[in-house]
Amino acid sequence: MSEILRVEGLSKSFKLSRKQQKIERTNRKSIVAVDNLSFTANRGEIFGLLGPNGAGKTTTLRMLATLIAPDKGDAFIEDSSIVSQPEQVRAKIGFLTSELKLEDFFTPNYLFDFFSHLYGIEPEVIAQRKAKLFERFGIDKFAEVKVANLSTGMKQKTSLVISLVHDPDFIIFDEPTNGLDVLTARTVTDYLQELREQGKTIILSTHIFSLVEKLCDRVGVIIDGRMIACGTLEEVCSGMTLEDRFFEMYKEVKGGEE
Amino acid sequence: MKSNTLTIIKKEFARFFGDRQLLFTAVIMPGLIIYLVYSLMGSGIQKMVTEGANDVVTLRVENMPASMAPMIKAIDSSMVIVDQPFDDAEIKLLEDKELNLVLLRFPADFDQRIVQHQDSVPKPLPNVEIYYNSTNNAASRVYLMLNTMLNNYGRPFTVNVPQQEGQRFDQASDESIGAMIWSKILPMVIIMMLFSGVMAIAPSAIAGEKERGTIATLLVTPMRRNELALGKIISLSCIALLSGISSFIGIALSLPKMIQQPESMPEGIHTDVPGDIFGFHYGTSDYLVLLLVIFASVLIMASAVSLLSALAKDVKSAGTMVVPFMLVVMVAGLMPMFQNSVSENLAVYLIPFFNSIEVMTAVFAHNLKWMPVIITLAANVAYAGVAVWVLTRMFNSEKIMFSK
Repeated sequence: MSEILRVEGLSKSFKLSRKQQKIERTNRKSIVAVDNLSFTANRGEIFGLLGPNGAGKTTTLRMLATLIAPDKGDAFIEDSSIVSQPEQVRAKIGFLTSELKLEDFFTPNYLFDFFSHLYGIEPEVIAQRKAKLFERFGIDKFAEVKVANLSTGMKQKTSLVISLVHDPDFIIFDEPTNGLDVLTARTVTDYLQELREQGKTIILSTHIFSLVEKLCDRVGVIIDGRMIACGTLEEVCSGMTLEDRFFEMYKEVKGGEE
Repeated sequence: MKSNTLTIIKKEFARFFGDRQLLFTAVIMPGLIIYLVYSLMGSGIQKMVTEGANDVVTLRVENMPASMAPMIKAIDSSMVIVDQPFDDAEIKLLEDKELNLVLLRFPADFDQRIVQHQDSVPKPLPNVEIYYNSTNNAASRVYLMLNTMLNNYGRPFTVNVPQQEGQRFDQASDESIGAMIWSKILPMVIIMMLFSGVMAIAPSAIAGEKERGTIATLLVTPMRRNELALGKIISLSCIALLSGISSFIGIALSLPKMIQQPESMPEGIHTDVPGDIFGFHYGTSDYLVLLLVIFASVLIMASAVSLLSALAKDVKSAGTMVVPFMLVVMVAGLMPMFQNSVSENLAVYLIPFFNSIEVMTAVFAHNLKWMPVIITLAANVAYAGVAVWVLTRMFNSEKIMFSK
C-alpha cells in the first residue's frame, strides 16, 4: 500500500498561564503536548492513535488539520506540507472533532451548500453528493430543520456529513464516537468501514480499546506526547490483548504511576 | 471579489436577514425608537413652550408711577391690570401655580427717585419688585416682558426693534443658519448611530463564532484567512450601514418635530430666527459625498470592532472591550461643537473617525472641498485594508482563535 501521510518529528508545547499552573500544581512555564512524533499512514487504511486523556492525540490531529502549527517537525499529506502548504492540506482532508460546531441558525441543507462552495465544488456535484449523504444518514427528513432544533445524534451526523462535502481521500476523526448514543455510534463506525472500502484513509484518535480492535488496521500508542509503539495490532500486541499490552507499556513509561 | 469572500458575505446576510428578531433589533428598532422618542420629546417641548401662551394674566401693580403706566399697558393688550397694593399673604398665594397672577411693586416715590438719580450727587436707584410663579408659563411670559421693559427704561436708544413688518437684522440666509445648526449636530448623531449599528452585530459575528465553536469549522476549510477576514468586514459594514440608515431616517423624520418653532409665538416675544431653517438645503453631490463618507466610516468602525471582537474570548468580553473605543468615537463626534470651521490642514484627514466627522461637518456647513474628501476616503479604505491584514493574522493565530 502507498503512503499517504508522513509525520516527521512533530513537536508542540503550550505555555501555561498562572491559572493553569495553579490548577496543574506545577511551576513549569510550559507543557510538552507532543514530543518528536513520527509515523506514517497508508492509503485505504484506518490508523488509530490510542492513548489516555492528555497524551497528545488531539494536539497531533489538530496539527495535521492545520488548526495549530507545530513548534518543530512537519507532516505531509499526499506530499503537501502542513507547515508550508496549509491551504492545500485543508483542501485534501476532512476533519471531524467535537470542538467543531455548526451554526445553530442554519439548516443542514444550507450548511452543506455553504461548505461545498468554500471547497469550490460544482453545483451539480453538490446536489448529487448531498442527496447521497443525506439519505445515507437519514438527514433528508431534517434537511430544512435548523441545527438548533436537531437531536444530538442528528447534529453529529450532520457534522460528519459536512466534514465530507468535498469527498476527501484523507479523513481525520478525533474521538469519533465520543458523546454519541449507541445507535449513532454504530452508524458512524459502519460508515468508517465503508469509507475504508472506498479506498479512503482514516486517522482517528481514541482511548477505547474495542474501537481500535474493531476498526483499525494499524495503531500508534501515544503516552506523554511520545509514540511508544506503532504497527499492526499483531505487531503492537505481541500476543497479548490490546488492553493488557497498553497497560504494560503505560507502566514502563510511567514507572508504575497511575 | 474572490468567490469565498462572496460566500462568507452571503452567509452573513442569510444569518442576519433570516433572523427576524435580529433584523428587528438592529435595523427596524433603532429608527423606530428614535422617531418615537424624538417626536414625543418634540411634542413635549412644544407643549411646554405654548402652554399658557393665550392665558389671561392679571397684573396687580402697587404704586403705579404715572411715567410707567402707558408702557406697562402696552406690553400685552390681553393682560388685566389692577392698580392695587398687595401684602405678604397675597404674595404667598402665588405658590399656587394655576394662578395667572403677577404682582408688581414700585416704590411710592419711584418717579421722584429716578429724577434724583440724575442729580449731580446721585441717590440710589429705586428697587422694583416683581412677584410671580416661574412654573406658570403665562406668568413667566409677563415677567419676562416686564423685566425687559424695565431694564431698557430710561435708555436713550433701543436696539434691533423692528420698525416695519418682516425687518431682519441678522443677514445670514436661512440656508446658512440651517447649515450651521446641522453641521454642529448631525455629524455626531450620524457617527453614533452608525457605531450603535456596528455594535449591534459585530461583537457576535466573530467573538460569537469563537464562543460557539463555529469559527474552527470555517478555519479547517481551504478558504484563505484573508478571504474570511474581508468577507466578515464587508458584510458587517453593509449590515451596520443599514442599521445606521434606519437611525438616520428616524432622525430625519423626527428632528423637525423636535426643534420646530411653535405655530404662533406668544405676543410680545420676538425672534429673528426664520421659520424654515430646519429644512435641508443640500444638493446631489452633498448627498453623494455624505453616503461615501458614511460607508467609509462604517468600514473603519466594523474593522476596528471586528479586531477587538476577534481578540475577545466571548461576546460579553467583546462588548466590554469596545466601550473605551466607543468613548473615543464619541469625543471625536463632539468636536464640531467646539470649532468654528473645519480644518484646513490636510494631515487631519488622515486621522480615522475624526476625518469622517470633519468631512460631514464640511458637507452640512456648505464648505465642501474635494481634497479632504479624497484623502478621507483613501485613508479609510487603506485602514480597512490594514485591518483585514491584521484580522487575517489573528485568524492564523492559534493563541487568539483557540485560547480558553
